[in-house]
Amino acid sequence: MMAMLTGRERLAELLANRAPVAGHKPWPRYEVDSHAWTAVAQALGEGGGDLLGLWGEKDNVHLALRVAGEPRPCVVSVRTRTSDFPSVGRFHPPALRLERALRDLYGFAPLGIPDRRPWLDHGAWGMRAPLGSRPPAARRDPAGYEFLPVNGQGLHQIPVGPVHAGIIEPGHFRFTVNGETVARLEERLGYVHRGVDGLLTDTDIEPAARVIARISGDSTVAYSFAYARAVEEALDVDPPPRAKVLRGIMAELERLANHLGDIGAICNDAAFALIHAHTGIFRERVLAATDRAFNHRLMMDRIVPGGTEDAAPGAPRALQQMIEELEAPFAEIVRLYDDTPSLQDRTCNTGFVGKELVERWAAGGFVGRASGRSFDARRDLPYAPYDEAKFEVPVLDRGDVDARVWIRIREAEQSIALLKRWLDDIPNGDTRVSLPKFEGTREGIAMTEAFRGDVLVWVRILDGRIVRCHARDASWFQWPLLEAAIEGNIVADFPLCNKSFNCSYAGADL
Amino acid sequence: MRTLLLRSLFAKPVTVPAPRPDALPPSTEDPLLAELGKALEMRTRKLFGRSITIREVDAGSCNGCELEIHALNNSIYDIERFGMKFAASPRHCDVLLVTGPVTHNMRVALERTYAAMPEPKWVVAAGDCAAGCGVFAQSYATVGGVDSVVPVDLVIPGCPPKPIDLLKGLLTLMEKAVGATKP
Repeated sequence: MMAMLTGRERLAELLANRAPVAGHKPWPRYEVDSHAWTAVAQALGEGGGDLLGLWGEKDNVHLALRVAGEPRPCVVSVRTRTSDFPSVGRFHPPALRLERALRDLYGFAPLGIPDRRPWLDHGAWGMRAPLGSRPPAARRDPAGYEFLPVNGQGLHQIPVGPVHAGIIEPGHFRFTVNGETVARLEERLGYVHRGVDGLLTDTDIEPAARVIARISGDSTVAYSFAYARAVEEALDVDPPPRAKVLRGIMAELERLANHLGDIGAICNDAAFALIHAHTGIFRERVLAATDRAFNHRLMMDRIVPGGTEDAAPGAPRALQQMIEELEAPFAEIVRLYDDTPSLQDRTCNTGFVGKELVERWAAGGFVGRASGRSFDARRDLPYAPYDEAKFEVPVLDRGDVDARVWIRIREAEQSIALLKRWLDDIPNGDTRVSLPKFEGTREGIAMTEAFRGDVLVWVRILDGRIVRCHARDASWFQWPLLEAAIEGNIVADFPLCNKSFNCSYAGADL
Repeated sequence: MRTLLLRSLFAKPVTVPAPRPDALPPSTEDPLLAELGKALEMRTRKLFGRSITIREVDAGSCNGCELEIHALNNSIYDIERFGMKFAASPRHCDVLLVTGPVTHNMRVALERTYAAMPEPKWVVAAGDCAAGCGVFAQSYATVGGVDSVVPVDLVIPGCPPKPIDLLKGLLTLMEKAVGATKP
């Protein structure tokens, strides 16, 4: 407890009385030297705050953090000296994969990083540091990766992926098992690395929006929402009231559709296909209604900087009708989940993650909230239309698969309640304002709550053009915890644990 | 549970009617050839039992396409009523359904999956990225459309393609496959 207070106080002290960089909104950004950077990393490692993101650009590394208990996050930046900077992961493990990615993309050397293996670079690009100096490199065998050693009697390994059994994104899981029990899971990701950070460097606002909307398709609304807000913060734009409410409606429809799909898929992995069949129909009903209302089932490219595309004329009624027809059958399915001991036998006490880990990793979404971390960007870093809405943020502390199911159930109910209120009263008027022309450099940052957790988007705009934009998925801080969740469980429960996390491969591979 | 089962006795099916396959090249008017075609169709139907098994590979997709492909298995689209099903092993499959712009990091996995499939086999590229015209086309990390790695028999466009479009495309392929298989 003492250590935590010290870390927090030290972090607050380190950031006090510094002059923020001009034109970075709405949170301050501080440029610091490598000593202060190291001190920030140490304080984070002592539990002084949450790491929200770590990304690079030419000659700079940026770190977004939130001091424990402070209402406002901030960004800290350090200049790289001959391409190196002090490692954050050395003191604060949640930064490790982000730093390995930074090294692969820019060729930066995080000094003192304890894990020197590549992350996104599988030796297939024909070059190193594609966003840095781009020296040519011989192609390596993609399977040539050094997994952490596991020694002990009676252990054997099960390699899985990158192509999995079902219709799932690709990734490699290396299980070391003792009989049926998993002694260690190590993830190797990066297979769907599409070069998003490169595509978000030196581009225009509109094409960047199309890339952002396709970082993780299941969260396309949340990503476009965060990007639009970051650009609007940078350019001092306030979207029309109608756009604000439509954004909330789309974000909650996306959450509802995904939660419905996940609840069913988790039950399906516990051999209870009945619930899956029903939630599959529910999800389809939601998407059919979103298609009618917004002319796209996943609502891709509907939220844009400056506002939204307008909804179809009959949208509110179509959505209201869908919700009316959904509520009672959904309640019945929830009752069925609650009344089926054979199902709970699989979900309860399976895939446990403790509060200490979710707090240290600042894990968002149902992963954090099922293990006692009460954070929701909609409530804790409020933005329109949530700043004027009433809703609950369900939190449980059991930390198992069952708790992650219940968080989804309760959140789906909250989404329905929010939708009902907003659909009754959508303001009239325009849905979009044009972006003003600004000279000079502007920076903006925003965090929105996607269905799986918080998405962070940072943008730097120079004379109306994107110099650099970066998006951080919630999965970065959830994937590592899946490795912890499966430890001591049986191999057969992995699909169940994995589905209860439902991390995005595309979102973290970028 | 009981009320649920009871209700299902009286409820109407939720499944959508079968879509028509996309327009096929007009069949010849020659009655003799038509006859031959019919015989061929009978033989291939015997061979395949009008059933195809699909292996899906995400070769770099944003997962939007996967969400819609997933939907093919729900009660609304119910792909299995057409004799099509998804399987885990490429060795059991006739069709490789690929999404994404094919990242360099997935290239080898895609090639190996294709190589593991027995002949005859077909490849479907689903979505704009797989077709080679998505937003990730101009990147150091992507190879290009699916056809730059494995031969493609059918492209289903869309970002992502709707489940009904995927179904239409797969039915088209099935017709094509039935017509093209050498006896």
